[in-house]
Amino acid sequence: MRQPHALTVGGLLARVAAGLVALVWVVPYAWMVLTSFKTLPEIVERPLAPPTRLDWGAYREVFATVPVARTMGITFIMAVAIAASQVAMALPAGYALAKLQFKGRGGAFGIILACLLVPAPATFVPVFLMFAKVHLVDTMAALVLPFAVSALGTFLVRQALAGVPDEIIEAARMDGASEWRIVYGILGPMLKPTLVSLFLVSFVFHYSDYFWPLVMTTSDAVRTLPVSMALLREQGTGARWHIVMAGNVVLSTPVLVLFAAAQRHLLRAVRPG
Amino acid sequence: MRPRSRWHPWGMLAPSLVLLVAFFIVPIGVAAYESFFSWDLLTPPRFVRTANYRALFGHGELLHVALRTLGYSAIVVTGTMSLGLAMALLVDRPGAFMAFVRASIFSAYVVSWVAVALLWMWMLDGDSGIVGQAIRALRGPGAPVLSVLGEPRWALVALAVVSVWKLAGYAMIIFLAELQSIPRSLLEAAALDGAGAWPRFRHVTMPLLMPTAAFVGTTTLVTSFQAFDVVRIMTQGGPARATELFVYAIYEQIFLDLSVGRASAITVVFFAMLLAIAGLQLRVWRSRDPVVR
Repeated sequence: MRQPHALTVGGLLARVAAGLVALVWVVPYAWMVLTSFKTLPEIVERPLAPPTRLDWGAYREVFATVPVARTMGITFIMAVAIAASQVAMALPAGYALAKLQFKGRGGAFGIILACLLVPAPATFVPVFLMFAKVHLVDTMAALVLPFAVSALGTFLVRQALAGVPDEIIEAARMDGASEWRIVYGILGPMLKPTLVSLFLVSFVFHYSDYFWPLVMTTSDAVRTLPVSMALLREQGTGARWHIVMAGNVVLSTPVLVLFAAAQRHLLRAVRPG
Repeated sequence: MRPRSRWHPWGMLAPSLVLLVAFFIVPIGVAAYESFFSWDLLTPPRFVRTANYRALFGHGELLHVALRTLGYSAIVVTGTMSLGLAMALLVDRPGAFMAFVRASIFSAYVVSWVAVALLWMWMLDGDSGIVGQAIRALRGPGAPVLSVLGEPRWALVALAVVSVWKLAGYAMIIFLAELQSIPRSLLEAAALDGAGAWPRFRHVTMPLLMPTAAFVGTTTLVTSFQAFDVVRIMTQGGPARATELFVYAIYEQIFLDLSVGRASAITVVFFAMLLAIAGLQLRVWRSRDPVVR
């Protein structure tokens, strides 16, 4: 039996150990933030010392080099478009696979399962060639279309819908509800926890994604935040790590805030079964 | 249930199926087709049969890339699993403080790989990085001033350690969920029988955690096998190709060497290895747990 208030020696040791472990994650973040408020002389002369005062110069430099508002806007639009589309497409497809009987259902489900085996790094060369052929490289379409449908999302929605009793759908049909209304008006709200998790995980993944926006863009037309921040380092910053760390803070803050606010939903989505 | 019209199911599935087939199934075919051509994106493609494969295998280049990727994955998988399990056992306690510890560890999983890679580049910096200086101090006088990322012997290990830092929170959260589902009564019964902490862990907790360990291990293997961001940002495959992993090798072939054929051939081999891993994954899950999840 565990007593919450009686602190045993073992319990105390565990707390101390856990605190030390947490430092392995907290110290790098703290160092990232502290570095971003330093000046170049401070970094060169006393690299390990905290900044003597909060200097916003690094942030000014980031905002002067990267059009942050525009880039963040592009990144948000891309991530929201992908996440919303995945949810909207998974519902009817999952409904057809879970609830409707028709010839070819097994085959359709098989195609979706097969797509689970193909990750983006295995498709980017041919997809790049395909987009190049129709002049869509370096456009929002090249960033969003390949992920507009999620095989995993469709699979998860199908599993969740399989647990919904047929009677609910039959009753709705008797009331004269259209299939459209059944899918989006009745089943959608019932699956809200699953769909919210799906949306958030997809948003966080694509907001942070570096690989796909990197290989599908050739100019700053639709350059996303992770790509811009990585470029900040490549543009010969040398020892100017305070600028790179300021960029890191700008890049990480939105997801960390979202994580703090929606921890419950994100954790549920990560766990199996 | 019967569909109201025989066209309904296909109408609902068509948008999803069309996009999935176009962006996941067709590309594999295109890659296989292009792998038999030599094409630099500028002049017309030339049919070269299996020359791309022979060149890649002949130089031993592809074998090295495959072994390097597997070596990196081996460190990432074992590190992530053991650290994730150890931390899960440690923080599986009530209270706000433990919740804070759990959240700090897991936060790295949420943050972008870009931020993690840049942050660690700075921390490993030999001149002024907080970890880089510690490493230099540990190695004593005469140690190279360079970052470990500049040393062929250590660069890949450094990338793997950074990846473990990023992924361990994911493993911890999954192990935690499973730990918390183990009935307390089971452990208490074992304690009443006189079993100490280690036998309780060894004979009660561990067998119950095996399916979860299989899940964490295989998903981490698949993730690490596709590593790209840390390589592209921290080392660009160097020094002396020491960190050239699969996806980076493909990227290099098409965007730096403009060799579509070679890039496609590596893609085909990469995909074949992913399928082999998926096969292994299914076998592991089936043997451990009747419910594949």
